[in-house]
Parts: sequence; structure tokens; C-alpha cells
Amino acid sequence: MIYPARIWRERHAHYRLVGVKCKKCGAVHYPPRPVCDKCGSRELEEIELPRKGKLISYAILHDPPTGYRDQAPLIIGIIELENGVRVLASLTDVNEKELKIGMEVEAVLRRINRKEEYGVIPYALKFRPIMI
Amino acid sequence: MRRVYVVGVGLTKVSRHYDKGLKELFAEAAWKAIEDAGNVMPKALVVGNETSSSLQDQDNLGAYLADYGGLGRIPAFKVEAACGSGGTAFYVGFSLVASGLVDVVMVAGVEKLTDARSSTTTAALAKAAEAEYESFYGASFTSLNALLMHYYMKKYKVSHEELAEWPVMMHENASQNPYAQLRFKITKEQVITSRIIAYPLRLLDASPISDGAAAVIIASEDVAKKITDTPVLVAGVGMSTDKIYMAGREHLDRMVALINAAKQAYSMAKIEPRDLDVLEIHDAFSILGVMSLEDLGLAEKGKAVELLNEGRFHPGDKPTANPSGGLKARGHPVGATGVYQIAEIAMQLRGDFPGVKVSNAEIGLASNIGGVGTSITVTILRR
Repeated sequence: MIYPARIWRERHAHYRLVGVKCKKCGAVHYPPRPVCDKCGSRELEEIELPRKGKLISYAILHDPPTGYRDQAPLIIGIIELENGVRVLASLTDVNEKELKIGMEVEAVLRRINRKEEYGVIPYALKFRPIMI
Repeated sequence: MRRVYVVGVGLTKVSRHYDKGLKELFAEAAWKAIEDAGNVMPKALVVGNETSSSLQDQDNLGAYLADYGGLGRIPAFKVEAACGSGGTAFYVGFSLVASGLVDVVMVAGVEKLTDARSSTTTAALAKAAEAEYESFYGASFTSLNALLMHYYMKKYKVSHEELAEWPVMMHENASQNPYAQLRFKITKEQVITSRIIAYPLRLLDASPISDGAAAVIIASEDVAKKITDTPVLVAGVGMSTDKIYMAGREHLDRMVALINAAKQAYSMAKIEPRDLDVLEIHDAFSILGVMSLEDLGLAEKGKAVELLNEGRFHPGDKPTANPSGGLKARGHPVGATGVYQIAEIAMQLRGDFPGVKVSNAEIGLASNIGGVGTSITVTILRR
């Protein structure tokens, strides 16, 4: 459910790719979490992650879930950012024929879906091929 | 810890049961299991189920089913771990008996997926993923598995045609299983040209949408010896979880939770992977079947597909994988699947499984996965 308060709580991660960095061991996590997954430390600080990376796997949905149908075919990818952190996101501004594992991509703010039951249009980052 | 035995099993056919709901499916499997156990009545009920709340508007499943099934006013509750609910319910039921708290427990799995239209059902199943960072982006459950499949195929240079050996074998096995949903054979050509669900994953890489219920009755040693000549020992159990946000895992080509759960179960049963005669493993998608073989220690990482194509894991081999036809073709009534697997292994060890038989099987393993490798149980049974 896309509740307005839920969108608001997660806004930094969704809009600015904010993750957390462990002050003890340096591990970086996304989405943000209160405890380091590597060393167990609870001392973490927020950091913005790099907005560029490469596509390491993708799937093409010809029949996406309700609320995402107008984006068919919807491309879901796993992106390895420049600092090695991996994120899941959809891809945009790309023809499915151009898709290639290993391609360079960058984050861009876009509308995520059409679920408007609670009166909000959710935005978040998608990834597109790097424009030179 | 007390020793725990499986003393009775009961299954419904896996199918689209338009004429039966959650409660009717449950009652059918439950009473078959009670009769199979010589009419011993369970003193507690643990139910594995994933979607009763979202698809049938029914919470409080323990009381609902114990009452309808006529089990009396016994302790009863639901255990939920997505598609791994059944195996997890068994893990809980096992601990009730092993701890000495209850002597006879029914572990049941029940799922009713086919009343809703398929977009509603797939939305309910997608709740196994991370709502805010996976489902929010439009990732269906199938597409998350497709990401793993694509990654694996690229990394280990496996073609779709080679991978298709898995579903072909599953359909062949299921064709002999009277409880199976998809009792027809398929070819590799049909797999690789079937409808694309989430490229590169196609329809015949996926398990079907199913209804079904399974029940097993487990008991302490003194009770078990009184009621049956063929008790099956629960020799080992294990459970582990993994990071739910799949992209954030260190490895995308393996299920760490399965590796951990298997390690626990092997050590408790004091066996090695090579001792296994029969497996029922969680192949909701072809890729999970082959990754499971590797993560259980039965194939080197990246090599399972090659071994499959050489004829390994087929009927006649040790171990035989999924003589039932697996989730792929027996069907996948999600929260019930883990209990089906355990019941099927128990029948293989007793020698009365009505489909592909593994002759003289002594040790069998069931592995059940919830989410994309997130909540995993491994159960080892021994004759």
C-alpha cells in the first residue's frame, strides 16, 4: 500500500539514494538500517550513494503488476553502483533491444506507478543508460 | 531433546479446486493423516499458510481449521514464512514434540490461490518480497527470480535449453504422481518457446498456481511405537534466514540460508550430502531447483545443470530429485508445499509413495524456501 506517510518516511532513500555507512567497519548499506550487517555495530551515518553504476542483471516484465501496466514492458534491474553497493530499480529511457548486462546506467527521478488510492503519486529513482 | 517420528500423512490432489475452500481442503488432508496414523488424535495443530489473510480474508487460521476439522479445542495456530510456511510450521511442530510439551502434533499446510484472478494472486505472493524497496518498484515475485536466473546463466554460461532439463524432468516425474497438478510431459523446445513471463524466465520455468492441503502427524517415540510399525524418524531439522532485500546480498548465485539450514540439518542427522537417497527440493522456478542442488552440497557451484543433462538426479540415481514432480509439476500450493514435501519423503521411506518410487530409500531430505531465498527450512527423515 502506498500510504502518504510511508512514502514520506522513506523519502531520502527513494529520492536521493541515501544509504548508511558503518563508522566501525566502513561497510555501506542500502536501504538504510540501524545495525551494520557486516560487523554488528549500531554506529552508522547517512551517506548519499553514487548515482552511476552498471547493470548486473535484468528482467523484462511484459505483464507488470497492477499500477505499473502503462510502463510495459517494465524492466527491473540490479545495479552495482560505483562504490560496489547494489540496488534494485526499474530502468527507463531504454529500448529493450539495447539492454545489456554490464551497461553503464545513471539515476534519474521519475514517477514510479499509478496507484493513487491514497492521493499520492509516488516518485523515486529509476536508472537510464548514461547519456554522453 | 526427544526423538520425533512421522506417524501419518495425508494429501489432497494439488489442483484448481473450484469446489473446495481452505477449510474443506484442510479437513480432507487432516482426516487422511489421522486415519493413516491409526486414528490417533493430535493434541496440537500447527498450520502453514501464506495468503489466507490477503486472498480469503481469514486470519486466526489455527482456531478456524481446528474447529471446522473437528480436532477439538486444542492449541492451534498459523505459521507464516511466505512459500516456506509449510516447512517452517514443521520446524515449529517438531520443537513442540521434541521439547516434551506435546506428544502428538498435526502439522498441516493449506493454501487456496485460485479463487482470485491471477493479478490479485500474484500481488498477494509478491508480499514475500521487500514492500518498500522491491515491490514498490514494480518487481513481481517472478521478476526477482528472473533476475537470479539471468545472473546465473550469464555467470556460468548456461543456456536456457540446458536449464530446461529441470522442468522436463519434473513433468516426467509428475506424470506418474496421482497427487500432481500437471501430469503431462513437456520437451525442452516447449520450455524455451513458452510464453515469456519475465525475460529470460518463461511460463514453463515456473510452478503453477495451485490449491491444496497436506498434513503430517508427528509423535514422540513412545507414542509412535504404539501406533505404527513404520515410523519415520525426523533425523535433522535446520532453518536460516537471509537479507530480504535481494540486491543487497553478497552473493546472487547462491542461497546462503539454504547452505546454513542444510548444515544444521546434516549435522543433527549426522549424515553427509552423499548419504541422501531422495530429495524434495523447492523449485518454484527452474533456477531455484538447480541452485538448491548446489547449495545442498550435491553439485559444485555452477555445475548442477551440466550434471542434470548427464542424467544425474533423475529416477534411478542417488539421490533422486523430486520424484513427486516438484513444485514445477506436482504444483505449488505455497504455504502447503513444505508439508507436501515432508509427506512425500515419508512415503518414499515407507515405500508407499504412489508415483516414481526410489527403491530402498533410507534417508530423504526436504527443503522449502520462503521469499527469494529468505526463509529456508531443511528437514531430513530416516527410515
